Amino acid sequence: MTDDPALSGLSGSILHDAIVPARAPWLHHVMAGQTLRIVDVEGNQAVDFLIYSAADDAERYSAQDTVAAQGNLFLRKGTVLLSNEGNPMMTITASAVDYHDTIGGACSCESNTLRYGHHTKHQHACVDNFLEANLTQGRGKRDIVSNINFFMNVPVMEDGTLGIVDGISAPGLTVDLRAEMDVIVVVSNCPQINNPCNAFNPTPVRMIVAR
Amino acid sequence: MSGGLADPKAAREHARAQGSTRIETMPVLPPVADDLPKGVATQDLVWEETIAPGGYASRRLARGTRLRLIDKDGDACASLNIFNAEMPTERLNVADTVKVQWNAYLGAGKLLLSDMGRVLATIVDDSAGTHDTFCGVSNAATNARKYGEGRNSGAYPNGRDRLILGAAKHGLTRRDVHPCVNLFKRTRIEADGAITPIVGPFAPGRAVILRAEMEVIVVIANCPHVLDKRPEYSSTPLRVTAWRGPVTPEQDPLRKATPEGLRAFLNTEDYYRR
Repeated sequence: MTDDPALSGLSGSILHDAIVPARAPWLHHVMAGQTLRIVDVEGNQAVDFLIYSAADDAERYSAQDTVAAQGNLFLRKGTVLLSNEGNPMMTITASAVDYHDTIGGACSCESNTLRYGHHTKHQHACVDNFLEANLTQGRGKRDIVSNINFFMNVPVMEDGTLGIVDGISAPGLTVDLRAEMDVIVVVSNCPQINNPCNAFNPTPVRMIVAR
Repeated sequence: MSGGLADPKAAREHARAQGSTRIETMPVLPPVADDLPKGVATQDLVWEETIAPGGYASRRLARGTRLRLIDKDGDACASLNIFNAEMPTERLNVADTVKVQWNAYLGAGKLLLSDMGRVLATIVDDSAGTHDTFCGVSNAATNARKYGEGRNSGAYPNGRDRLILGAAKHGLTRRDVHPCVNLFKRTRIEADGAITPIVGPFAPGRAVILRAEMEVIVVIANCPHVLDKRPEYSSTPLRVTAWRGPVTPEQDPLRKATPEGLRAFLNTEDYYRR
């Protein structure tokens, strides 16, 4: 047994345990039945997250199918993450944070110019991480779709106003995902410094795969 | 076996006799429309087509083209994918569209943004006000659950497969069909994140006019909204009309309505600075 609280409740053997540095990408294959735990090590760190079917990577996570199927925008414990063909890819089996976002998308150099001004174009951004990781496996720009933002908070008001606001996560909080098919997970540990998604300070996250 | 068509000449006569058939849901070539907005010359008309219930269409449109969609009978749902025609890896990004504009509800003045920080199209007119950026389209599985089947080859085609076919007509593939916006069917977001679908049927004749801000490929599917709870496949004809128009000038009020939108136009204009 271990004293590491980040491993508590994970059954079986640990197959992978990595720190993703602040601002960096991460790509990993997770087989059906395995559990991926994401640890928000220092708190309020957005983890931008895409999923591809390992058998056919034209099948990938679909934010729209997922929210339509559950009739709710927020991803919570029990949410089944669906593909663009309506198949379950992963299930959120536990979450220490009340809910996660999937409407806010990923920051990019280009969208940063719109949101904050052209002086931010040179800054590193999630889409560049997604591209860098996906390009190692032959996927490219057209494979990038609306993603999940774990530990990120995007409320929608009555008149449709929405925005990335202060996070509801905290140091050491975790989310667990069980793979329902063999998947490729691509993560960007969000480097954004112009809004509160990372509390204006990108920090490392930890990725643990257990079976 | 049908009688009398055993030789090619008879078959040719039979086929040719069908050519004058006119139905509601068809393209009109050359395009004719007797209800163009004031100031639009008939010779600027480029596209007139009525998309069947459960049908789709796709077309390349020049920069400045106005695209009018009319929900003729109150139960159309126009699901849109939009690509930069000369570089289709650039496409509609629904997340950026709602995030950059700080609002999820589409209407007159809203921009449809690409993943490259540019404006693909502007909503210049909207008499519907009931749209959806969240729920995407139905797929074969959802339609099979609801209607018994959902194949392209069946009676209840699904939105995703329609978008795939429409995109494929421009050389694109399953990989290129991206999150869409739905015009004419609304979703309202409740305080707890719950999605309330508002699918009508609505009054006939509601219209949305888009202005292409780039050379685009637009793919339109007209299938029931994925959260339409009615047991029957409820879909009515969607009329599409497009006409040439000027590229958006610097003083256009929608171009400079917000700082974010203005920068998106600046990026678009920069792309065409060549």
